[in-house]
Amino acid sequence: MPSIAKPIVTHPSLAKNALGLTVRAYEGAMSTLCAGCGHDSVTAAIIRAVWELSLPPHMIGKFSGIGCSSKTPTYFVGGAHGFNSAHGRMPAIATGAGAANRSLVAIGISGDGDSLSIGLGQMGHVIRRNLNMVYIIENNGVYGLTKGQFSASADVGSKSKKGEANRTSPIDPILLGLSLGATFIARSFSGDKEQLIPLIQAGMKHNGLALIDVISPCVTFNDHEGSTKSYAYTRKHEFSATESNFVIGADEITANIKKNGLTAVTMHDGSVMQFTRTPDGYDPTDRAKVFSYVQEHLSEGKVPTGLLYIDESSADMHDVMDTTETPLSTLPYDTLCPGKSALDSLMEDFR
Amino acid sequence: MTRINDFAIKLANVNGTGSASANGLLMQSMFRMGIPVAGKNLFPSNIQGLPTWYEIRVSKDGYGARALDYDLMVAMDAQTYGRDVHEVRVGGYVLYDSTWPLHEDLHRSYVTFLGVPLAKMCNDNFQDARTRILLKNIMYTGTLAALLNLDMEIVGELIKESYGRKPALLEANSKALQLGYDYAKANFECPLPFHCTKMDANSNKILIDGNTATALGAVYAGATVAGWYPITPATSVMDAFKSFCEKYRVDPVTKKNNYAFLQAEDELAAIGMVIGASWAGARSFTSTAGPGISLMNELIGLAYYAEIPAVIVDVQRTGPSTGMPTRTQQSDILLCAYASHGDTKHILLFPSNPAECFDFAVRSFDLAEQFQTPVFLLSDLDIGMNDWVVDRLEWDDNYKPNRGKVLTSDELDQLQAYYRYSPVDENFVAARTLPGVNAKGSFFTRGSGHNQLGGYTETPSEYQEVMDRLLKKHKAAAQFVPEAIIKHKQGATFGIISVGGCDQACLEAIDILEGDGIHANYMRVRGFPFGKEVEKFIMEQDFCYVVEQNRDGQLKTLLVLETRVPKEKLLSILSYGGFPLSAKTVVDGIQHKRTKKKTEPKHEVAMEE
Repeated sequence: MPSIAKPIVTHPSLAKNALGLTVRAYEGAMSTLCAGCGHDSVTAAIIRAVWELSLPPHMIGKFSGIGCSSKTPTYFVGGAHGFNSAHGRMPAIATGAGAANRSLVAIGISGDGDSLSIGLGQMGHVIRRNLNMVYIIENNGVYGLTKGQFSASADVGSKSKKGEANRTSPIDPILLGLSLGATFIARSFSGDKEQLIPLIQAGMKHNGLALIDVISPCVTFNDHEGSTKSYAYTRKHEFSATESNFVIGADEITANIKKNGLTAVTMHDGSVMQFTRTPDGYDPTDRAKVFSYVQEHLSEGKVPTGLLYIDESSADMHDVMDTTETPLSTLPYDTLCPGKSALDSLMEDFR
Repeated sequence: MTRINDFAIKLANVNGTGSASANGLLMQSMFRMGIPVAGKNLFPSNIQGLPTWYEIRVSKDGYGARALDYDLMVAMDAQTYGRDVHEVRVGGYVLYDSTWPLHEDLHRSYVTFLGVPLAKMCNDNFQDARTRILLKNIMYTGTLAALLNLDMEIVGELIKESYGRKPALLEANSKALQLGYDYAKANFECPLPFHCTKMDANSNKILIDGNTATALGAVYAGATVAGWYPITPATSVMDAFKSFCEKYRVDPVTKKNNYAFLQAEDELAAIGMVIGASWAGARSFTSTAGPGISLMNELIGLAYYAEIPAVIVDVQRTGPSTGMPTRTQQSDILLCAYASHGDTKHILLFPSNPAECFDFAVRSFDLAEQFQTPVFLLSDLDIGMNDWVVDRLEWDDNYKPNRGKVLTSDELDQLQAYYRYSPVDENFVAARTLPGVNAKGSFFTRGSGHNQLGGYTETPSEYQEVMDRLLKKHKAAAQFVPEAIIKHKQGATFGIISVGGCDQACLEAIDILEGDGIHANYMRVRGFPFGKEVEKFIMEQDFCYVVEQNRDGQLKTLLVLETRVPKEKLLSILSYGGFPLSAKTVVDGIQHKRTKKKTEPKHEVAMEE
């Protein structure tokens, strides 16, 4: 809705976070997406999530590829550096940035075209590398900017706006992520902010790649009858498979949380993801069981949401590379250059 | 007639039989004897079983280009025996394995055959089948040591350095070496009329390949992030970078790594990682060859347009497509100069030997950050993978990396507002900011149309303003790239222009021509955009021969496009079969063109070129 300007004055009653910042400090430019776009709800959830976490805006890195979803990093946290890269190449850009500066909180925003078609290879490998980032797919089953072609996540039988039915089998990012060894896998719905905010927060605290697939309907090209990614269809078929609370930090309130068994998972910084409900026999740390559960429900046309899988013991990219804690980008040059005497003695090896 | 320290030998082997280490040993022995020497490995794209050749040129005068004229052939590959023997000059020698009789058809009256029963001696002295094959190479090295008058103490010392920690191997190798040596002494007149004698030309020299030197340059430049994908002939850049990092970049206290070594899923990702890391403030680079550059084109355009530093090492091999992966060429010049869609132009550096690979690698990072743009280091397989004798690499501890204009948190606090692409300095470069420093420096990097403030635009004038500045920025880089090396000869009216690994052959060719009374000036181009001296040199000559290793005269094309010289002034001498250039090819090319020039009207020559 680019025609509406944001008010400049901040309401005095707006709450402040631990950094003394109101939620306004985490907003970005006005969205230029269509009115009612699911992506704007995801943007709002991200803003809320990082404000509640009291993250310093400049310590956030925003990454995206190309597409409607990839435009959205301009719409949140204006005080963070953002990188709107090339179609399907966000994972590599984020990998390089993460390698150079491990202290950044990286948020990658992608879409179903960006991640599941042109960027499928890069998505697969950034999952394997377990880069420390939140990887959000704003999934609407359709190419919006090029006006309504099916994407790789479109279900068989789902109809385009012109009435044509998709006949090629979809790629499901959750099942893909499970098979590739992703260590944090969640699905949500852009219309369910209450579920989405804690998922994003937990994803940020996760030590590794947090894959969050968000069904985010396209109001212009994929919100009609016959579409399986419309608001109406999603509301009817989506169900919260697991319910969980995210508790920031290990303060007094969280001291009572049961951390054994499946009821709670302690995140890297001591925050806790507490499962308040999981289906009978469901174990969000058992990859094979989660796979069967998700697959069975998808085949019945149901879309389970929530934090579906987590492995908090995993090592992220820097753990595997055994990189120094100091961001590489800030290491002083004199610690990097071996100097003249080292070169002089090395030359003897080439005699 | 005796010739000292002035001959060429060629060793024909089957690859995967361990010949590479024996041949390297031979060359290194000569190097340690203080003699100028050059080795060229002509190898197949294969692991085991195909023909592979190694050439050693010994030249007291220091000529290191390919000789093409062999005094001695070590013929160890039955598959290529016929043509190998054919390459020996009249009066030359062939060393062969006389375990089996030489077929009559292979005899040549003008060469001397030296038969050594290598297989038989190996079978008689060693047990294991694989050992017998491997030691055959060391055995002929012993024979060559006798024939070429090598210092056996030096050869033995080198074997000790290689196998010192494995006594069984050391003993077997030493024994094989001695057996080969003794056989030659007992059966042939040693040494041959051409042979080695100790000199003192190498006290300040090293023996190094360009890829190792490039990697060392990246370490010294302070590169911390490497993103790459395996590809011949560039892989050894990253192998070397990793091993240097393991040596020099482990924190002495925490034992943690002060580098990130990222083997990517493909070159699309490799360059993406480099761009992401540079954007975040690390010095970062990739190494690849032509096929990788083709894939990287997409994001190279992004780095150019969004103004993000990136260092790309291209160790060129023969194209197009897969081409011949283990053969050399200079055929990525135009691809790199204009890589990616849309209007783009890039900074290129052309090293001519491993020492320049080291220096230019460091300069690549400075230029990439000073101009906030991709920089290509255009090496090639000959420079990258062959061992060259060059001056010891030097380092000045006063060197400070030129990180370009990067605003600190304090500087940002002083500003009213920060915009990514304004204001610009005298070189048309704007200050950049890094993530994680100060929220005031935040901006949104985009490869989509943007105005001088960094905001999204689809307005023609705003778009053009940025594109025009990028062109001015590129031109400004001309005075910062390595200047062309120019050498004038008394009485010369025409010039020879070359690039990269053509240098040695051209310098030798100029000496040969001089001996024939033909004087030529010389210019070796070392950077793009071209400095003023490049155009000036060409203007001063009646005409110039442009010597390069590709079919289409890519350097010549770039000179025509990017200077004001009339294209009639430039005549191509081309060599693009995949083997390193020889002086003979240059001399023959020039002689041929000179003859034609005299007999044909001038305009026809121009049209033909």
